[in-house]
Amino acid sequence: MTLAIGAVAPAFELPDTAGRTWSVADYDGAPATVLVFTCNHCPYALAWQDRIAAVARDYAARGVRVLAINANDADRYPRDSLDAMRERVSREDWPLPYLHDATQEVARSYGAKVTPDVFVLDAEGRLRYRGAPDADYDRPEERAEWLREALDAVLAGAIVERPETKPVGCSIKWKA
Amino acid sequence: MNVELLWWEGCPSTERALEAVREAVSDLGISGVEVRMREIETDADAEAAAFIGSPTILIDGEDLVPTGAEEPIGLSCRVYRRRDGRVSPIPDPDDLREALERAARRAEVL
Repeated sequence: MTLAIGAVAPAFELPDTAGRTWSVADYDGAPATVLVFTCNHCPYALAWQDRIAAVARDYAARGVRVLAINANDADRYPRDSLDAMRERVSREDWPLPYLHDATQEVARSYGAKVTPDVFVLDAEGRLRYRGAPDADYDRPEERAEWLREALDAVLAGAIVERPETKPVGCSIKWKA
Repeated sequence: MNVELLWWEGCPSTERALEAVREAVSDLGISGVEVRMREIETDADAEAAAFIGSPTILIDGEDLVPTGAEEPIGLSCRVYRRRDGRVSPIPDPDDLREALERAARRAEVL
């Protein structure tokens, strides 16, 4: 299933690496929410990580909530286990919560396909952007520009001019 | 001189890696080299090939970028480091070029 642009995104609750549960249901008054399906071992996810973290920092003062979600099957890919996620967060500078989708239900409900796969929701929880952070994992100067454009439009109450791009990355590792 | 590119369909980097190899071969002026593509489809394939991620490039059977640490074998995308420290799904072009040049000199095709 693929979530359509404009559709109300599925509600969910997931724990982060510190054990706190994050709810995406009533949107807590956030003017925008960014969900990034990501993981620990994918070079594309790793290459884009600093740019996504910069977005989380840059938009925090405007109330934007950015959540990273790891849904990979940790049995087959132990580098994506909850323990490995905790270890990574403790080692790196993470300005965003790192949520664990152990059942993969959230990733499936959003139709996430790769890591990273970015979804931007507005204040009403409607999907306004889905795709890659920017045009090229290999060009840090792109600064997650597609994601920033979408956020700026949502925050301004304007139309997102580029609501969908092709997400590029490693396939999500589904459980058998 | 044999160049083999091991790939898995779960990673979108195969074409970019193949282009990089062909470009380096051409730039170095190495003749008579064909890149053999080998798909790794299953966990059993990965085990048999000691496959630590896609793409893996073997030059005369040796990994282009030997890993010092023990990397898990399996169907995944391989993490490379560029010489400037950035993470990349394909090898640094200079690493690729140097490895090809060394192999070509050994094989006396350069």
